[in-house]
Amino acid sequence: MAGPPSRHTAETGATGDDSPQNSDMTGFSGWLDARLPVVSAFRTEYIRFPMPRSLNALWTVGAMLTVVLVLMLLSGLALAMNYTPTAAGAFASVEAIERRLPAGWLLRSMHMTGASLFLAALYVHLFRGLYYGSYKAPREVLWLIGVALLAMVMVTAFAGYVLPWGQMSYWGADVAGKAIGAVPGIGPFLERLFLGGDQPGDVTLHHLFVLHFTLAFGIVGIVGLHLAALHVAGPGNPTGLPAKEPEQTLPFHPYFTVKDGLGLVVFALIFAAVLFFFPTLISEPENYRPANPLHTPADIEPEWYFLPFYGILQSIPSKFGGLVASVGAILVLFITPWLDTSPIRSARNRPVYRIGMIALVMSFILLGFAGKHHVEGAWLYVGQLATLYYYLHFLVLMPLVSRRENAALAYGSMIRVGDAR
Amino acid sequence: MTTILSGYAAAITLAAGLFIGVSQPAAADPPSHDQAPHQHWSFDGPLGNFDLASVQRGYAVYAEICSVCHGMQHVRFGDLAGMGLNAAQVQAIAASHKIPDGIGTDGAPAMRSATADDSFPTPPIAQGLIPGAVIPPDQSRLAEVYPGGPDRIYALLTGYGPPPAGVTPPPGLFYNRFAQARAIAMPPPLSDDAIEYADGTKATTEQEARDVTTFLAWVAQPHLAERHRTGVRVMLYLVFLGVLLFFLKRRLWSNVH
Repeated sequence: MAGPPSRHTAETGATGDDSPQNSDMTGFSGWLDARLPVVSAFRTEYIRFPMPRSLNALWTVGAMLTVVLVLMLLSGLALAMNYTPTAAGAFASVEAIERRLPAGWLLRSMHMTGASLFLAALYVHLFRGLYYGSYKAPREVLWLIGVALLAMVMVTAFAGYVLPWGQMSYWGADVAGKAIGAVPGIGPFLERLFLGGDQPGDVTLHHLFVLHFTLAFGIVGIVGLHLAALHVAGPGNPTGLPAKEPEQTLPFHPYFTVKDGLGLVVFALIFAAVLFFFPTLISEPENYRPANPLHTPADIEPEWYFLPFYGILQSIPSKFGGLVASVGAILVLFITPWLDTSPIRSARNRPVYRIGMIALVMSFILLGFAGKHHVEGAWLYVGQLATLYYYLHFLVLMPLVSRRENAALAYGSMIRVGDAR
Repeated sequence: MTTILSGYAAAITLAAGLFIGVSQPAAADPPSHDQAPHQHWSFDGPLGNFDLASVQRGYAVYAEICSVCHGMQHVRFGDLAGMGLNAAQVQAIAASHKIPDGIGTDGAPAMRSATADDSFPTPPIAQGLIPGAVIPPDQSRLAEVYPGGPDRIYALLTGYGPPPAGVTPPPGLFYNRFAQARAIAMPPPLSDDAIEYADGTKATTEQEARDVTTFLAWVAQPHLAERHRTGVRVMLYLVFLGVLLFFLKRRLWSNVH
């Protein structure tokens, strides 16, 4: 960010008083910038900011996420103004939004499509970070904030899915309550605290409505931190080598505004295609039945974006063990910067790790399929193998490959030192 | 141990099959009813639209026949404007319905004429007030939530007939080859000339079934046509913008590579 205005360097003025900072701007923006340097900060961070010229299309996903977040916030606010957070009124209020609120169907479709595509883009963003080593020094804090955001987004998405109070909402809350109840010792207490009773009801809805709303604004704040942390070291890049020389970088504007803009339009095309023409891809018909505590649906299944974690949950024979394993799949991301200590960032330059990354993405996808099939039949073994690999990748492959690469690098530099002699 | 290993072997084969695009046959039980044949609907596909004349005829079937047992609690009379009725027609339809209005001065439940802001009343049987009767499902979203969708609803409505030799439906149920376990509690609702269409269309059972299914599909997604229309405009705009940006990007970056 721009440096603080140094008030004590120029002692001009008849009284030796504060004098406005020099600015290359005139008029109102110059006046404002001398007092609050937002204009020059914007210029430094978003116009002149040096970006590695080697960035590929995967680096436009961040811009997509930012825009969808704003869209979610605006559509969510409009929806909240017309929503009734009670067990008796929630379903009918959502029906009224869809049927009678002017453009209400559009607001709700945007919010539903936005939720699905936000998580989709977030997974791409996450695996891009893992593949190109975006978590490595000096970007560990940027990574930690990112993983925290992932966890917050998942909780927000779950809370939001319960709000319409359809069959899947209700039974989803029921399953989540039982999962919390599986924690040894304090589980039953936590379950009652979460549900506010023996089964999902009014209090559950109040809890989740407040949680959904509060976390949404929390996410916006943390995204601000994520961006601030990003602008400290600047983005990584696919080559894995720091882009420090001026000829390796390009100013943010116009080169990356136009590139991000193009990425955004492509994303918007997918978004609009799903929203307007293929909404069944992201909607669950069963959730258009009002919540019925007396009738359990034949097939309780979370939204697609939770399926990999649902797959882990079901692959472990013990209920609590499954819970630990699926929560641990997120927690392990927090310690990734310290599991992978190799100074080589990009998987492009790490053949073994590269194969491991491809296997990790495949495991994640397979886990999703296993979760969808309730790990029945052969899917149980697929789920267990994929869970095993997921953990092996982080806890064994990362440290081992790092050790080998560190040793090889040390050996290499030793030889070079020897040659110099 | 061997079983576990062979299980993992099967899992690996399965995983491999998945990646080379071999789809596994779904291990589902054979359905307990005939598969509903696919019908051609005006609202099919990503660009579908509603034939509003058919929706209106379907509403006539709903009002005369279905509404005796089925509710439509999330739909208000005013929503009918969306199928091409004017305010006066909507008012007239609403006024022809009596809905509960608290307790009257005589202490008995009072009734009043409905207005455009009232929801469709749910008949006593659909409220579960008739002991022993199967509760008819609400029709607000039936076309969306019913397994099999509009095709299955149409098939059900036209699928009644004498049971094959040796098959007797359980007492109180009717044979229908498209119903779950081939038996359904709903008596055959439609018949030739069961109602008289205002536009002179001949009211055959098939025509009534087709119209009422179209109505149910409309009522489940009343904004479908508007969604598709808006979508086409948005896509055209975005494609145009995308082409412009593509050339702008290529030009800006031309001196970089």
